[in-house]
Amino acid sequence: MLSDRRTKGAGMRFRHGIGLLCLALAACGGEAGEGEMRTVQPGAPGEATRVLTVEEAASLEHVTHTPADVRFMQGMIPHHAQALEMAALIPERTEHEGLLLLGRRIEISQRDEIAWMTRWLERRGETAPMMGAGHAHGLGEGELMPGMLSREEMDALAAARGSGFDRLFLEGMIKHHQGALTMVAELFGSPGGGQETEIFRFAADVDADQDMEILRMRDMLNRIP
Amino acid sequence: MSRGKILTLLRQSGPAALLPAIAFGLLAGPGSVAAQDPPPPPPEAVWEWDPDDPRIGLAPGLHDAGMAINNLARLVSLPKPDPFLTDEAGGRGPTNSDIAFQGDLVFQGSYWGFQVFDASDPAEPELVVAVVCPGGQGDVSVHENLLFMSVQQASARLDCGTEGVQDSVSTVRLQGIRIFDISDIGNPRQVKTVQTCRGSHTHTLVTDPGDDSHVYIYVSGTGRVRSGSELEGCSGLPADEDEDTALFRIEIIEVPVDAPENAEVVNMPRIFADPETGEIAGLWAGGDHGEGTQASRLTNQCHDITVRSDLGLAAGACSGNGILLDISDPENPVRIDQVVDPNFAYWHSATFNNDGTAIVFTDEWGGGGAPRCRGSDPETWGANAIFTIRDRKMELAGYYKLPVPQTEQENCVAHNGSMIPVPGRDIMVQGWYQGGLSIFDFTDPENPFEIAYFDRGPLDAVEMLSGGYWSAYWHNGSIYGAEIARGVDVFQLAASEHLSQAEIDAAMSVMVGDSNVQNQERFDWPASFAVARSYLVQMQRSSGINTERGERVASLLDMAESQSGADRNATLDELNAVAAELDEDARRAENAAGPGDARRLALLADAIRDLTASLR
Repeated sequence: MLSDRRTKGAGMRFRHGIGLLCLALAACGGEAGEGEMRTVQPGAPGEATRVLTVEEAASLEHVTHTPADVRFMQGMIPHHAQALEMAALIPERTEHEGLLLLGRRIEISQRDEIAWMTRWLERRGETAPMMGAGHAHGLGEGELMPGMLSREEMDALAAARGSGFDRLFLEGMIKHHQGALTMVAELFGSPGGGQETEIFRFAADVDADQDMEILRMRDMLNRIP
Repeated sequence: MSRGKILTLLRQSGPAALLPAIAFGLLAGPGSVAAQDPPPPPPEAVWEWDPDDPRIGLAPGLHDAGMAINNLARLVSLPKPDPFLTDEAGGRGPTNSDIAFQGDLVFQGSYWGFQVFDASDPAEPELVVAVVCPGGQGDVSVHENLLFMSVQQASARLDCGTEGVQDSVSTVRLQGIRIFDISDIGNPRQVKTVQTCRGSHTHTLVTDPGDDSHVYIYVSGTGRVRSGSELEGCSGLPADEDEDTALFRIEIIEVPVDAPENAEVVNMPRIFADPETGEIAGLWAGGDHGEGTQASRLTNQCHDITVRSDLGLAAGACSGNGILLDISDPENPVRIDQVVDPNFAYWHSATFNNDGTAIVFTDEWGGGGAPRCRGSDPETWGANAIFTIRDRKMELAGYYKLPVPQTEQENCVAHNGSMIPVPGRDIMVQGWYQGGLSIFDFTDPENPFEIAYFDRGPLDAVEMLSGGYWSAYWHNGSIYGAEIARGVDVFQLAASEHLSQAEIDAAMSVMVGDSNVQNQERFDWPASFAVARSYLVQMQRSSGINTERGERVASLLDMAESQSGADRNATLDELNAVAAELDEDARRAENAAGPGDARRLALLADAIRDLTASLR
């Protein structure tokens, strides 16, 4: 049995404490949901805790998305789209089981993420790049995001077959994923970048997932005869 | 909620089936994915369920969603307090996360701070105080007058400010643990922060059985390693490039209870190391387990650790592995076993049964931000895996997953839960995000089954918004569901064919003080009629007791309860005599029938003796 003593002790202590508090503040006893509620904001360690009025609590500043966040999302969509374009080449050009499986994983995850990023931008009233067959309209050939393959590199990949393809694909996708890591690093290195809850989580996921896939792809690359 | 990601092979969709969808998506523009695309044909179901389950087809809504409830009573639903209903997430406010308890007080963590309720009357909890101090995830635990909170977001500030941190390298950022003094519960004061390289996604309070002057906090950091110029010594390099990398470890903070301002990191154990080679990246390297299996994440972190100090054991849910740690020296945990599972994407949390003979591990496939309870999602993916422990080694026994499909609009996967103290049985309540909460029996770990549930329809009819139960925990007779978007729900058990009133009464007789689910404490039951009747009813259910003997025990218990004085004493004497006969039955059962009956017969005999002793 966990200390029965403490259950009672704690309950009494706190009921007592709340009673005192109510005397001091004359603002207690309200049912949850009635709007009369005590809100406080502690300070840095050692600093005092301040009581917030309803107005103060309602007008607290919020972290909102920044231009760095928008740039990241707008750049990551064409970046992901190229990964889809690359993955779509796999089934016709190789029978490497590991690569086929990798391609399927990339297709599913990056497609979902493109949809998610697009919704993120649209919900915030920002422009989502329109994609056509893997190319971002409005992004010229000279404006590739980090790690993206040039048109010549894509053509060479499309022309390769068998183990030559496997090698080019893995080298290309490792470079491509490393570019995504660079983009995440740039996001967190920009003023106000990656602060908002959703983008913090998304960018951290991209970072962890692509980092892990790079390890797997290096391993596969080493095994190609 | 951990990292949201979908990294899986859809069994039904080979690459050929997938390509037209991708091409279409690109040509039409991803912006139109949700709004204009014709709905794809429903993926093929890969498991069976009861088509009449009332959880199917519930109406969507925030506070007016359809509800289905079974073998539970919902006492009250507490919406988020106004200060926590910010514009974030379309007015639903920041995410509610984990819960801790102290006597009558309920501490609801949040990405925006925490809320304290007084649940002296669990049907009418009162908000004591709403504490604004953002950080995410905001998982909380309490010990005496201290409250600990996990912080991992890059926007979190030392001073509890809400404005975020503009500079990429800053002295005002906090990623790690906040410590509050809650002696004055209406006025919690932050007394200390402890910084870590990956922040704190979750943490585990660990009490030291040998010394109550301090406690430990095991920090599970899952985030990106921050810059070494912000926090000295932080390196995110792979293990083979930097032996001092902040990956592949947990942090252990020692907190002097009377001087929490002196809390500091005292160890960063390499609990994934290969004992032979010493290589710190010694466990799962990331990737799948063969054709048709799940891709399990690289083990360079724990997501959550549950300790049983009374057993000197901890169960770590650590990314690509489940691990068992010897924590008899809590400052120096030592790994004693590890398992992988081809169905697990991300080992997320762990719960021991009361005897410490089984562990329920959860798999947070999809990170909690994805619908993973659809008919097309395998029953063993995003589920619980139940392992038995024998000689401190884990062995897979079975799986349990929410036994009813959820929609595309409901994020759903195995998440946090706790044991319910029903004597003689292993019963757990668990949150499944928008899959609701499910209570299941895993006394036989190979054949777990559901005994009660609650579920709401999706938050939204079209869009998958984040919601549902982060945690569903038992505390002192009630079940508290921490709903991400909607607030806190409070339930109590209702008797059914699966659970008798005596078993519920016995569960409700267990009262504890501090309750932090990851610092799991052993339940002990005060002697009572309910406890004796619980064992009796369990054996009557399974025909594990001689019918006549069972009836005699039942009538003697009823008599003793209604009697007093000399009459009662006479009945108690008779009960003691029956207890001796039950001992004899137990010995015989052990030789002939199954050991389960023998165990319960002995438990019943002990419960009767405890009861009669307490009544004299």
